[in-house]
Amino acid sequence: MSKTKNAKAYWRENIKYVLVLLFIWFLVSFGAGILFKDQLNTIRFAGFKLGFWFAQQGSMYVFVILIFIYVRIMNKLDKKYGYDA
Amino acid sequence: MMRNLLIESIGVQNWTYILVGLTFAIYIGIAIWSRAASTKDFYVAGGGVSPLANGMATAADWMSAASFISMAGIISFAGYDGAVYLMGWTGGYVLLALLLAPYLRKFGKFTVPDFIGDRYYSRVARFVAVLCALLVSFTYVAGQMRGVGIVFSRFLEVDINTGVIIGMLIVLFYAVLGGMKGITYTQVAQYCVLIFAFMVPAIFISIQMTGNPIPQLGFGDTLSNGSGAYLLDKLDGLSSELGFAEYTEGSKSAIDVFAITLALMIGTAGLPHVIVRFFTVKQVKDARKSAGIALFLIVILYTTAPAVAAFARTNLIETVSNKPYASVPDWFTKWEETKLISFTDKNDDGNIQYVKGDAYLKNEDGKFDFSKPNFANANELYVDRDIMVLANPEIAQLPNWVIALVAAGGLAAALSTAAGLLLVISSSVSHDLIKKIIKPSISENGELVAARLSAIGAVCVAGYFGINPPGFVAAVVALAFGLAAASFFPAIILGIFYKRMNKEGAIAGMVVGITAMLLYMIKYKLGWFDEMLPDKSEWWFGISPEGFGTIAMILNFIVSIVIMKFTSEPPKEVQDIVENIRIPSGSGEATH
Repeated sequence: MSKTKNAKAYWRENIKYVLVLLFIWFLVSFGAGILFKDQLNTIRFAGFKLGFWFAQQGSMYVFVILIFIYVRIMNKLDKKYGYDA
Repeated sequence: MMRNLLIESIGVQNWTYILVGLTFAIYIGIAIWSRAASTKDFYVAGGGVSPLANGMATAADWMSAASFISMAGIISFAGYDGAVYLMGWTGGYVLLALLLAPYLRKFGKFTVPDFIGDRYYSRVARFVAVLCALLVSFTYVAGQMRGVGIVFSRFLEVDINTGVIIGMLIVLFYAVLGGMKGITYTQVAQYCVLIFAFMVPAIFISIQMTGNPIPQLGFGDTLSNGSGAYLLDKLDGLSSELGFAEYTEGSKSAIDVFAITLALMIGTAGLPHVIVRFFTVKQVKDARKSAGIALFLIVILYTTAPAVAAFARTNLIETVSNKPYASVPDWFTKWEETKLISFTDKNDDGNIQYVKGDAYLKNEDGKFDFSKPNFANANELYVDRDIMVLANPEIAQLPNWVIALVAAGGLAAALSTAAGLLLVISSSVSHDLIKKIIKPSISENGELVAARLSAIGAVCVAGYFGINPPGFVAAVVALAFGLAAASFFPAIILGIFYKRMNKEGAIAGMVVGITAMLLYMIKYKLGWFDEMLPDKSEWWFGISPEGFGTIAMILNFIVSIVIMKFTSEPPKEVQDIVENIRIPSGSGEATH
């Protein structure tokens, strides 16, 4: 594979992963925590209404997990394309 | 037994002197050990900071006096609406890690205007970026210096202005001597101090209220008073009983909550003092990892704060509501002296009625006048939101050293953020203005001297605003995020992800974005265009000035892309730069 072709393929895969992760980012914060809060608030777990929990707790946990997933995926991707040197 | 007696006899005041003195000695020691020898040390800490150290430093840099002292209090009164700060100030790190940090690290320069100037091959673009960086950082740092003064005055019983000056001297010492290198390692120590100081009282209170030692879980647990009711249900019930909005529902419109959260997230990702932190690590993969570590360390405090907010709110209502004033606890009387809490017996029944409404009338300057009760409603109690964190250890009857710890933590939070901002200001002046625009022939040593002098200048200006705060500073600090979102974020994102983006588009976008934000802010937050501050009903799309950064950012994107379509594409070498920053390997060291 030529050098530029390699770089293009790497970039395309990277963009794909970023879009999927950002979709989840949007879903837990703006989706669950704001837009669908009222519907989710009808569901309860422990003392929390679910929409409220996403807004004040859950979304933040997911944010941290998303970044660490991204770190893992990208380290693998770097290796696959020989960019880990 | 003997030891306990000794510890008790030291007293809050002496404990505060001991703990604050000890932490300051540590910060100064670190600054001497890690002083900067080159401009590279001064701007990016030599470029060899480990991801863990950088993550800790970023977290301390990020969490200001406002996060430490005020945030739990704000949430405590805003209930659900407080989520805008929680999600807004953490969600931005996802954008930072996925969209900015790795590429800016690969680009390998010192500052954000460096990137804008090179990527958009233009001195005008660099200059616009410097102006935006200075505007954002100065609005932000003035609030921090004031915060330092307030923390000093509350805990060490000195005047606020004396507090500002002590804070200035300390920051001056380690920012001027150590530059980014000194700041980074003191921030590592400051993170440890502030997180310990925040968590200890929170854990104690969680145990007291719910029997659960983990505040994040206690938040959703049942009360330990044997009633079996969930804490949040109890709080919702109490709130509606007293005429407040239900705690878990809030009162802002969904579109405004959406816009504010987005503006804060994007503003976070666009703040220069946060972005430069990712120039200090060795490789691209370290930049990604340290963003993750930073967010993890921030989220420890940010998920605890809403729990503290709910505990403190419940505790406050139960302690004061309809209780006789004559039998209030000691902490009430103590904080009454500083006017953080104030009671006026409107109906002369000797009991405290705490319901919705302002207990006092406001003066012309917008502050409450404690000699003028407001008889338009039945509320008899004024509570400053800061009391929720400051008085928490006393309300929960924790030992003296814990109360002193909160003081040391608040100072660590305020100092670390102020130092980070001052560094951005000084490198904007010495590197972006002097070295890159005014006098490119300046020597390495000359630039280092210029960097130190600009740091001194920046501390003095920030100190001046801390001592003589212009009335609008408090109102404007929250808007620094809107300004960052409206200016830098689109220019950086397009610079990385859109090869065709050219200088004409980026410059026009930044200018339009920041101007729109400034005008909206002046009209709807400061009210300088009209006789009176316009009413909420006049807001565009029902979006508050705090949330307008979202609209201004969208404007920036649209203007950039439209102008780009009508102008020539960027030169080949610039397109090559873009190709290059997309590949993580061979990141090399940060250079001029």
